[in-house]
Amino acid sequence: MNTQTSAPPAEEHASRSSWLRGSAGRNLGLVLALALICVVGVITGGERFADWGNILTILRLAAVLGVVSIGMTFVITSGGIDLSVGSVLGLATVWATTLATQTMADSFHWIVIVFTALAVGTAAGLINGAIIAYGKVVAFIATLAMMAGARGLAEIISDRQTQRVQSNEFTAFFRADFLGVPVLVWMFVVVAIAGWFLLNRTTFGRRTVAIGGNAEAARLAGIKVKRHTVYIYGLAGLTAGIAAVGMLGRTTAGTSTNGFLLELDAIAAVVVGGTLLAGGRGTIFGTVLGVLIFTTLTNVFVMNNMSSSAQLVAKGLIIVVAVLLQQRFANKPSSTT
Amino acid sequence: MVTEDPPAPLLQMQGIVKTFPGARALDGVDLDVLPGEVHCLLGQNGAGKSTLIKVLAGAHQPTDGTILMDGEPIDIPHPVAALEHGVATMYQELDVVDGLTVAENIFLGHELATGGFTRRRELVRRTREILARLGHSEISPNREVSSLPAAGKQVVSMARALSHDARVIVMDEPSAVLDSGEVDNLFRVVEELTNQGIAIIYISHRLEEIRRIGDRITVLKDGKTVGRNLRVADTPTDELIRLMTGRDVEFVFPDSPGVAEDAPVLLDVDGLALDGTFHDVSFRVRSGEIVGLAGLVGSGRSEIIETVYGARRASRGTVTVSGKKLRPGDVPAAVDAGIGLCPEERKSQGLVLDEPVYRNITLSSFASLARAGWLDEPAEKKAATVQIEALDLRPRDAGRAARTLSGGNQQKALLARWLVHGCEVLLLDEPTRGVDVGARSEIYALIRRLADAGNAVVVISSEIPEVLGLADNVLVVSDGEVVHRCPAKDINEHGVLDLVMEGSVA
Ligand SMILES: Nc1ncnc2c1ncn2[C@@H]1O[C@H](COP(=O)(O)OP(=O)(O)OP(=O)(O)O)[C@@H](O)[C@H]1O
Ligand SMILES: [Mg+2]
Repeated sequence: MNTQTSAPPAEEHASRSSWLRGSAGRNLGLVLALALICVVGVITGGERFADWGNILTILRLAAVLGVVSIGMTFVITSGGIDLSVGSVLGLATVWATTLATQTMADSFHWIVIVFTALAVGTAAGLINGAIIAYGKVVAFIATLAMMAGARGLAEIISDRQTQRVQSNEFTAFFRADFLGVPVLVWMFVVVAIAGWFLLNRTTFGRRTVAIGGNAEAARLAGIKVKRHTVYIYGLAGLTAGIAAVGMLGRTTAGTSTNGFLLELDAIAAVVVGGTLLAGGRGTIFGTVLGVLIFTTLTNVFVMNNMSSSAQLVAKGLIIVVAVLLQQRFANKPSSTT
Repeated sequence: MVTEDPPAPLLQMQGIVKTFPGARALDGVDLDVLPGEVHCLLGQNGAGKSTLIKVLAGAHQPTDGTILMDGEPIDIPHPVAALEHGVATMYQELDVVDGLTVAENIFLGHELATGGFTRRRELVRRTREILARLGHSEISPNREVSSLPAAGKQVVSMARALSHDARVIVMDEPSAVLDSGEVDNLFRVVEELTNQGIAIIYISHRLEEIRRIGDRITVLKDGKTVGRNLRVADTPTDELIRLMTGRDVEFVFPDSPGVAEDAPVLLDVDGLALDGTFHDVSFRVRSGEIVGLAGLVGSGRSEIIETVYGARRASRGTVTVSGKKLRPGDVPAAVDAGIGLCPEERKSQGLVLDEPVYRNITLSSFASLARAGWLDEPAEKKAATVQIEALDLRPRDAGRAARTLSGGNQQKALLARWLVHGCEVLLLDEPTRGVDVGARSEIYALIRRLADAGNAVVVISSEIPEVLGLADNVLVVSDGEVVHRCPAKDINEHGVLDLVMEGSVA
């Protein structure tokens, strides 16, 4: 339009240096923390810790929490919260192992169990989303209600009994290895990679970030905020369903206590990973690191026969330290408002 | 107000440097302010005005330079220190807390309290006093701030600055959200303050305001002082513009070729109403036409176009775009039908502040640029960069966070959003708020070009000359009603004001 003097060269570096200070710096901190825990593990456990079998054990344990945390990353990035994922996971394991489901699986294929769990999880998530978006109930309350309701329903359906998966093929499939790595771990890997692409490379992810950053601006720009909110909670429900399948694969037990307090671990992993609790910024890579940090820590503690109370204290410390470190690394905008 | 032999400066800033990661916002700025003067700070968007006053307010730490108060060097490590030194600031972006009442906002940070208990009655009394002084006794101290319109929030922010016993009050574009009546109020208060010896640092892009109340001027360009202590009375406007922009700017509104009688009607608003806000609004905008909505702040202009857009659900009436009737309260449908809105409050309604500029620009179009749900970021960056260059948005870095742009450049990013998306009907709410003189005439030209290309444009502006200069036809809005409509050339500023006043009396 006109010939203005070009921008000063100093501004060239802006995006690069803030990138260093931003996500890379944060992830570096998390990697260091994970490395530190591993060093402690090696010192205290030696061979027992640094054993391929043990590493696979850690990863297998991480799988269930990890899958749920990927879904939670989307919810938190959009500025929401989902307290119901643990209960929904429990309900999904119960529903997928009822006599009716198992009979159907028997006469058809064990995949019926998988689909039931996914359907239950997704349906619960969609209900959450609809209540939040169209009922205008705050996410905390809506999902708190679902947390209580789903757990209760799971107790009613199972009559508080443990229901075993009868299908040997199902158990065999999920206990198997593929290329030397358990199927359960593959499940986590696939969900994490899919989550990364979904968040960073698709319009779905862009909408999620925009809504979390400024819902009103997103709405006025023509984004269907309500509909997208329903999808996000549906996605969180879906991951709870996938995790339920993983849980059944690992333990074969469908009980109403499955996934108890899992939502808190998931939220902790997501936030420690660097996703902003206020919304507008999310990182799948960080979430994966957060999950690995907590799971490895548990493993190190168990290996040293330390009480679960001590674990809780350590967990609390990690959450605080990680968030403090993040604030150091994060390029906090120096603005007045 | 300034005597022949100027008194000793009250406040001096010397060689102030402020660098942000990757950007040198201030590069050795000097400013001295005399007691009792109105010192104007001028400069283009991104020149560093807000940064300079944030340094003075203790919100930013200078990288280098000294600040002297009464000739003594002082340190301002945090905002409270600034207040202790007698510097109160009204920021460019509204900084009121929505959930608190008017009184609580005004005394935020220096609550009147004894032993932890707020003295409510005194709080309310002092708030009434200050509001009365600002000519706004009608605002209740106990009203929640979220229920006030933008102008009301600005009054609260002003009242907060007055509530401190300040010796210097900094006002960063206070008039941007005010209409002419409010601006008169503001200037009356400014005069009162300067008579008491309080110095005012005044930032505005409206040069006529500077003519009215300014004493001396400091001009910034690219973070440097390019004009020091110029006397308002002796400095011609051309000279100021040349200092600010480094070039001559033609200050005229683009000519309208006139709207063809048979041009298709792109936007047809019929009997639109929003209960409690406005009723029975009807107008048509043809291809190639610019319609201006004139009126006071709070007259319902913004609400009208937000309802046309579907951001508010109309109680009655219809909106038809290119022959297609819109469902009330459905923004995505409106956008699909080809309407775009640049909202009034860019920070809360327009931008995702922590996202990069290019993603803000493509916020309405990333989905159509994407292929089967997969984002095409290179295409987004390219489309955004084209508009960044066309609008002279600075810095020319599509990747930085929208938060770090100066106010006027944020406004340009919003305009760019609809240029990338492409729409037939463009609704612009205060499109030049906070935009500097140079860019302003470019935006006028751009709006005209969009109309000439066959689009329909609706413009709201608190600056009546802007509406009259830009629009083909004008609707005068008062108290939620269209009280007059006519070709823009048939009415002048006085005519509009008379109509508005009549309307509000009736
Ligand atoms: N937090 C920040 N990080 C990086 N750069 C910044 C930050 N804040 C401001 N800047 C840059 O500093 C420069 C000066 O900005 P400033 O807001 O002071 O401009 P201004 O003169 O007030 O403009 P306007 O008239 O548009 O309000 C701009 O180039 C801006 O992009
Ligand atoms: Mg500014």
